[in-house]
Formats: sequence, C-alpha cells, structure tokens
Amino acid sequence: MIGKLQTMWDARAAINFMLGGTGAGLLAASAFFRTEPTIPVLVALVLIGAGLGAVWLEIGRKLRAIHVFFNPFTSWMTREAFVAVLVFVLAISALLLKNQLLYYAAALAALGFLYCQARILFGAKGIPTWRAREVVPLIVTTGLAEGLGLALLFSSQIHVLILFSLAVAARVLAWIRYRSAVKSPALESAGTVLVRLGTLAALVIALLAYFIPLVAPLAGLAALAAGWNFKFRLVTRAAIRQGFTLPHLPIRGAR
Amino acid sequence: MTRWAMVADLQRCVGCQTCTAACKHANATPPDVQWRKVLDMEVGEYPNVKRVFVPTGCMHCDDPPCMHVCPSTATRKRPDGIVTIDYDLCIGCSYCSVACPYDARFKTDAPSFSYGNAMENEKQRFDAKRLGVATKCTFCVDRIDAGMAKGLKPGVDPEATPACVNSCIAQALHFGDVEDPDSNVSQLLAENQSFRLHEELGTGPRFYYLWDKADKA
Repeated sequence: MIGKLQTMWDARAAINFMLGGTGAGLLAASAFFRTEPTIPVLVALVLIGAGLGAVWLEIGRKLRAIHVFFNPFTSWMTREAFVAVLVFVLAISALLLKNQLLYYAAALAALGFLYCQARILFGAKGIPTWRAREVVPLIVTTGLAEGLGLALLFSSQIHVLILFSLAVAARVLAWIRYRSAVKSPALESAGTVLVRLGTLAALVIALLAYFIPLVAPLAGLAALAAGWNFKFRLVTRAAIRQGFTLPHLPIRGAR
Repeated sequence: MTRWAMVADLQRCVGCQTCTAACKHANATPPDVQWRKVLDMEVGEYPNVKRVFVPTGCMHCDDPPCMHVCPSTATRKRPDGIVTIDYDLCIGCSYCSVACPYDARFKTDAPSFSYGNAMENEKQRFDAKRLGVATKCTFCVDRIDAGMAKGLKPGVDPEATPACVNSCIAQALHFGDVEDPDSNVSQLLAENQSFRLHEELGTGPRFYYLWDKADKA
C-alpha cells in the first residue's frame, strides 16, 4: 500500500530549512570576507531567526517552545536549538568585539547548525526521501551553495567566487548521489532546476564574473533560487510516507 | 521482564472495524483520529484478487524512532515496552509523526466533534491536554495498570486488556507478554508463522501478524 503525503510538516518547516540553511551558509562565508562583514552577518542571523520563527509557528504548543531543549542526548532538533543559541552568541560577540577568531567560531557553529538540519531530515524514518543517508551531504552542500550565493551580493572577491563555485559543484555531486539512491518523481523537476539553473547557469555566470564582477550576484541568486525551490519541494511535496507492505499474505481456507 | 505485545491473526480478521470503534469509544479520540486502524488492502489482479485486513497503530517498538527524535522527552518507553507520550511536555512539533514508519501518530490543533457541535458525551470526555500535541495508541495503558493493581492478567482478564482486543469479534487480536513463554501471545507465535511490519528499519515493532500455521516439518 503506497503511503500518502505527510501533512504534519508544511511550508513553515520548509522555510526553516530554506532560510536557516542559507543563513548558516552566509554566516560561514562571512568569516572569509576580507572586509568587515557586519551586514552579511546580520542578514545571516535574521535569516536563521526567521527560519526558527517559522517553525515556531508550526508547533502545537507555542508557549512550551522552551521544551525543545530537553533532549540533547538523541534529538537533532534539540541539538539544532542549542547550536542556534551558540550561533547567535558567537556572531553577536564577533560583531561587537570585531574579533576575527570569533567570526571563525561563529562560522563553525553555523556549519554545525547546517549539519543539525541535515540530521533532522535523516532522522525521519517514516519518510523514505528524507531518511536516506545521502540527504545529509545534500542538505549541507545546498545550504553552503545558497549561503555563498547570497554572499556574492555583498562581495564578489575572487576567493568568495571560488568558494561559491566549489559549493555549487559539491551540491550537484551530492544531488547526483542522492538521486541514484532515492527515486522520487516529486523531486525530478526541482532536481532539473538545481542542475540547469542552480549549477550550469550559476557556474557560467560565476565564470563571467571573474571578468565582469558586476554579474556575480546573478550567479548567487541562481544558486539560491534553485536551492530554495529544491528544499521546498523536498519538505512539502516529496515527503511521501512509506505506506505498508506485507511480506506474506494470510493463508485462508484450502491450501 | 514483562514485554507487552499485540498479535493480529490476519487469517481471522474480517475488517469489521469493531476494534477501531472500541478504541475510539475507550479513548475518546476525535473524528479522523484512529489509534487502532484497520487497513483494507486489495492484492493481486482480477480475477485472482485477495482482500487483506490489517490492524495497525503504534507498534510500541523496541527502538522507537519517535522517542529518539522527540526534542522534549515527552515520548518515553516504559520498562514493560509501552511507548508513552507526556501531554504536558509535548510541544506538538510533529517530528515524531514524520519519524514513525507506521503512520501511528496524530496531532489535532483545534477541538473537533463528530457532528459539529459537541454532543453531551463528547463534552464530558473532551480533554484539552490533547490539543496541539502528538497522540497515539497507548495499548490502553491505564487499563493495564489498573487491572494489574487488582491482580488481573492483561490479555486474559478483559478488565486489564486493551479495548480493541476485548472487542474483536473474530478473536483476531490478542494481547500479552511475549517474554512469558506460557502466555497466550507466546503460544500463538510458536504455533503460527508471523511477521512484523518494516522489520528492515530495525525498529523492533511489538505488533506481530500471524499469516499461516507453523511448518510441521
């Protein structure tokens, strides 16, 4: 029996993966800017905060949200919440103290946040498209590609362009690996957009940007749009429950 | 050590849904929420078609994914294997729902009643604690605990047995301690061939399905 679409997590959860992933990627990228990254760091924090706010809107008992911190031993959702606090503390400290080491620490915490998000999906055993091991590198690289794409709006320095190109390449490799393990018709169109717009177009524009830096943001936006589209589909449309399969049928009457 | 388990004899189940109704009656679940659900599956192609009725619900797994993902520790596992939800701790994030491979969890955000306005019995049994949180089959844990306190045996004495098992018209559903080799469920499992759903996921469900007599050879 084919399972039906799960409806427990909707666009609000997807927004957390979209904004949170991009924010974490942008924060990680900001540590490598050669200029003071005040605005990008603030934007990253707003994105992560907005993502968490969206997921807060989804929970049934909003006034008990603090309970999300109760199970760091096994729950990646709890770990995500703890790491989010760490991200905010480190990033705000870095902004206030203008300390490069703190920017690096915030970037590391942001990567941890991204990893937690990936593990949240991997932990959902009821959804075959999420529980595949290959979803972890896919979500991490998608967040990095989106974040570095957004970073190109603030800086088109050559090393940011290189990091962006590497992240986009890593994301498409992660997608190819994921697709070989998971067959989901609901992800085919989003996957095509990820390859054509988010990878090929983004890399061509990024190559152009080595010569015409003004076009760099376009490459970033292409990667960002493709990544958001993909994650929205993954969380809201490709989340088909496993359903039920009987390994044996009951024997009734004469054999 | 006691380990409660449910056994469903697929050769006997006729899909009457009495267990579903009994569960709804015993646990006062709202419309669209079925802690004990009976799947009506059609298998094969015409003219060789079979219908199979499969009672499902929370499998009270040995290694429940719902418990591991729960951020609030609302979902726990008792020493006797019953997986519980503390409605006062649950935040209603539904992570457990997407982690459960058995589609066993529900969340109702607003009160809902069978005919719009609440009937008198629905008013009396309405429990606001269950709004906005995850809910699921409890193996009628209150009946088990209260019955055992009186010295009764779950699975044998109806007062200490889950409502769905008591109600089954075909004696397809059984409940008991699988760690006790003399229990009703242990004997059924010894005399019949059985399987569990999605065993490949390693959750160790405590819901067994009988499908044929045991091989004599």
